[in-house]
Amino acid sequence: MWNALHSLSLRQTGIAKAALFVAALVPLARLVWLGINDGLGANPIEFITYATGTWTLIGLLVTLAITPLRKFSGWNWLIRLRRMLGLFAFFYACLHFTTYIWLDQFFDMQAVVKDVIKRPFITVGFLAFVLLIPLAATSTTAMMKRLGGRNWQRLHRLVYTIAVLGVVHYWWLVKKDITQPLIYALVLAALLGIRLIFKARVGIPVVMPGHKAELE
Amino acid sequence: TRLTGMVKSRYSTSEEETPYKDVTTYNNYYEFGTDKSDPAENAHTLRTRPWTVSVEGAVKRPRVWDIDALLKAFPVEERIYRLRCVEGWSMVIPWEGFPLASLIRQVEPTGNARYVEFTTLHDPAQMPGQRSGVLDWPYTEGLRLDEAMHPLTILAVGLYGQTLPSQNGAPIRVVVPWKYGFKSAKSIVRIRFVEQQPKTAWGRAAPSEYGFYSNVNPQVDHPRWSQARERRIGEFFKRKTEMFNGYGDQVAQLYQGMDLRKNF
Repeated sequence: MWNALHSLSLRQTGIAKAALFVAALVPLARLVWLGINDGLGANPIEFITYATGTWTLIGLLVTLAITPLRKFSGWNWLIRLRRMLGLFAFFYACLHFTTYIWLDQFFDMQAVVKDVIKRPFITVGFLAFVLLIPLAATSTTAMMKRLGGRNWQRLHRLVYTIAVLGVVHYWWLVKKDITQPLIYALVLAALLGIRLIFKARVGIPVVMPGHKAELE
Repeated sequence: TRLTGMVKSRYSTSEEETPYKDVTTYNNYYEFGTDKSDPAENAHTLRTRPWTVSVEGAVKRPRVWDIDALLKAFPVEERIYRLRCVEGWSMVIPWEGFPLASLIRQVEPTGNARYVEFTTLHDPAQMPGQRSGVLDWPYTEGLRLDEAMHPLTILAVGLYGQTLPSQNGAPIRVVVPWKYGFKSAKSIVRIRFVEQQPKTAWGRAAPSEYGFYSNVNPQVDHPRWSQARERRIGEFFKRKTEMFNGYGDQVAQLYQGMDLRKNF
């Protein structure tokens, strides 16, 4: 079983990707289900905001986990799931942002602008969302080619900044109990720390040769 | 248990009441966990009998009240109040209770009594949230004596005509409708009359965010979010937050000449 996972055929990778696609839609399906069945609690808009925010963060962390996981396991096919995971993080970020603009503020743009400028946790959250847009826009193979591997990679290192901003966004909004944001912060610190260790030891960029080949 | 013989009050609002289910499942009560749904799930461990409330400090007639004696001594009336949480949501709740002033008159505060301090039960065995250090237990809150004596300030023992559910602060809690919800201490075991402004639980936790007065005020934002509007539970659109939560006519004179930005 373990050995079988070491190298998957293209077809097997496709199946894994499809399964992951469905799994990544489960949080959204849950929200829809709860919404239909009056299960969103006394403050449904807050519930939806928290849920979509949580899944954005989880999506980002899982995306960031791919490279370390691949290095430790040697399962190179994992890289083929990364783009989809990143796009799902963006998808939930869009839902989160839309919930805020539409359901929470109801397009009161004056209030939104004031919020973004005045409230640090919204400022960093908004910044994280804006920075995600170019990454999503350049996620296609065609865009990779147009930018060139090196530039593309440089741009996509923004994801580290975005993840940090995302965790800070969560940290600054809680009233007192920082247990939850602390868990996200520790996971993120581990994922970024692993990269630093790799870099220091091997002295080469984190991206593996296999990935480069894919770009060329 | 159904409370009987309720008197209607002129202090009640006629606004639509928030459904019982929302009032009893969407709670901030960190003694039972920090999620809104935690208190409803965890508060069953609270034992509300036997229960005593010690009324002490700068008073002529201190007394340790048994909760049932207290309930018999003061006639309970209905008060339908708006509740505005510092987090930006609000409810309309039909409380049952009696004016705190009635109890205060009975114990006869001395000239040294300038503030009233409320202390919540401290027992991690009954209150699992107290095993974490999220706040400095026990929960304490305070009012100036004139605020405590104000006819709007009540000790609540029930809601919706029923005995107060544990997640709402059973068996007895204070309700101060023109202040943010956290000012209204729950499951009270001690009421102490003091000369100095008492330290409050949230004031100790984040002094720059939770002031002693914490009057509902749309012009003074929380450092991290706006207080200009609120979401009434059950409504889609946010509504404007009213000065003193709409109780300005009754309470504004308590703060005459005070800078409410400084005394937030």
